[in-house]
Amino acid sequence: MLHSYSAPQQGQIMDSHIQVKNLNVYYGKQQALKNINIEIPKNQITVIMGPSGCGKTTLLKSLNRFLELNDGTQIDGEVLVDGQNIYDRDVDVTEVRKVVGLLAQRPSPLPMSIYDNVVYGMNIHRMKSDRKEYKAAVRHYLEIAGLWEEVHKRLHDPATSLSIGQQQRLCLARGLAVEPEIILGDEPTSALDPISSQNIESRLIELKQQYTTVIVTHTLRQAKRLADYVIYMYLGEVIEAGPAKEVFGNPQHERTRAYLEGQI
Amino acid sequence: MVLMKKKWQRRHIVEAVIKSVMQFSLVVVAGALGLILWTIISRGLPALSWDMVTKIPEGGYYMGKGGGILNAILGSLYLAAGGTFLAMVFSVPIAMYLKTYLGESKWGNYVRLSLDVLWGIPSIVYGAFGFTVMIALGMRASLLAGIIILALIELPIMTRAMDEVIRRMPVDLEHAALALGSTKFEVALRVVTRQMLPGITTAILLGFGRGIGDAASVLFTAGYTDRIPTSLMRPTASLPLAVFFQLGSPYPEVQQRGYAAALILTVIVLVISLGSRWLSSRLNKYTIK
Repeated sequence: MLHSYSAPQQGQIMDSHIQVKNLNVYYGKQQALKNINIEIPKNQITVIMGPSGCGKTTLLKSLNRFLELNDGTQIDGEVLVDGQNIYDRDVDVTEVRKVVGLLAQRPSPLPMSIYDNVVYGMNIHRMKSDRKEYKAAVRHYLEIAGLWEEVHKRLHDPATSLSIGQQQRLCLARGLAVEPEIILGDEPTSALDPISSQNIESRLIELKQQYTTVIVTHTLRQAKRLADYVIYMYLGEVIEAGPAKEVFGNPQHERTRAYLEGQI
Repeated sequence: MVLMKKKWQRRHIVEAVIKSVMQFSLVVVAGALGLILWTIISRGLPALSWDMVTKIPEGGYYMGKGGGILNAILGSLYLAAGGTFLAMVFSVPIAMYLKTYLGESKWGNYVRLSLDVLWGIPSIVYGAFGFTVMIALGMRASLLAGIIILALIELPIMTRAMDEVIRRMPVDLEHAALALGSTKFEVALRVVTRQMLPGITTAILLGFGRGIGDAASVLFTAGYTDRIPTSLMRPTASLPLAVFFQLGSPYPEVQQRGYAAALILTVIVLVISLGSRWLSSRLNKYTIK
């Protein structure tokens, strides 16, 4: 794919994977995102934070074209992944979602076995040719998700027989199996118990060498634990974006400071 | 320490009353079922013979001579299977349309209300309606007319049962599949269908159960005959009517055979509902609750 951006200017990221340009999103008449311009660095964890209703999830869902699933949503602007606008007319939305995986707020396993959940995505994209390859891939991705040890003896049990924390790791394995480049996480630990949350967080940190990760969170502590890069949003606007150290250590904007101090 | 001894406050009394009302209704329901089964078994079993299920009525059958009710058994199976199939052909698209296009809109709820009203219409009214239409068209009582009327009776039941199943489809599930890069068709075929199959099976068997047990509608439309139907345009016998005609006979042997016919009908319904339970529990294994 093309790398269309020019030499980095001040404040720009050296190696950005996603660029959002002049993005405006409306739900009916209500404007949910106002003129968003951000860049998301490659192979790092970017955390989008802000008070509830600020547009975090909307921004996240603009990255895998999930916004258009709701009727009456109007999207203007560009989202470039490796320089290619995913909203271009000749772009195949299923390819976008293959490249940009999503870990939802609540795990939602498909109505099939643990094994088939991992196979599903590889199967629809015809990524493997025979049973052996599928078997090996299932093992591989369950290992990456840290679930193999727990489930390898009952791969053909229903996915719903897993605990909710295990289900979320299964969803991670399932998402990774289609070989995405980007992982989106929409508050991926908010439905989980502390131990399972920690487990997911460690996976995400392990995986960040290979994947560009974008996480929405409403817990500041999680943001601090995970973030390499931070986007702070308020009322549909990006207030501040920058490397985690800078934003947490020395926020430039009054609003960001107030949020970090727990006033918003 | 505060005494935790039971005090008979009003709320405790209310609970005790409600609980006993519920227990009473359980006894009434189970008791009614037991009585019905006991009646048909005790009266029908002695008359049940191999001939009953393998032969058609011979001459003088209705005065106590030889033969069986194979005509009615087969007739009922043909009627109910045909009616269920026809109802399914229409109710699946209606239920899908309700979900996809009408949703919870005003029109959607009008359609649901109409179906509920249709559900409540007595089957004799359907029979009379069918009879009127047949007269207007110059048709005679036939297997086909019986199938069409049964389909009309089963349609609202099946559609509403499917509608309820489809409405309970979790939206997260569709999104999960879409997030992996599925097309909408793949979502429908590989995910939605899997999730809804047990419910749809139940809906279909609910319709079948209603269809096979219905007497009044087929009385007008399918008629009755001692022969096994060989064509859609010929009249056909059915088990509920076999029960009805034989119980109305003055001969005790024939009355007993009426109970035997009721027993056969009950066994068919029982086998089908147990079969459907087994099937949907198998299909249910993977569904998301």
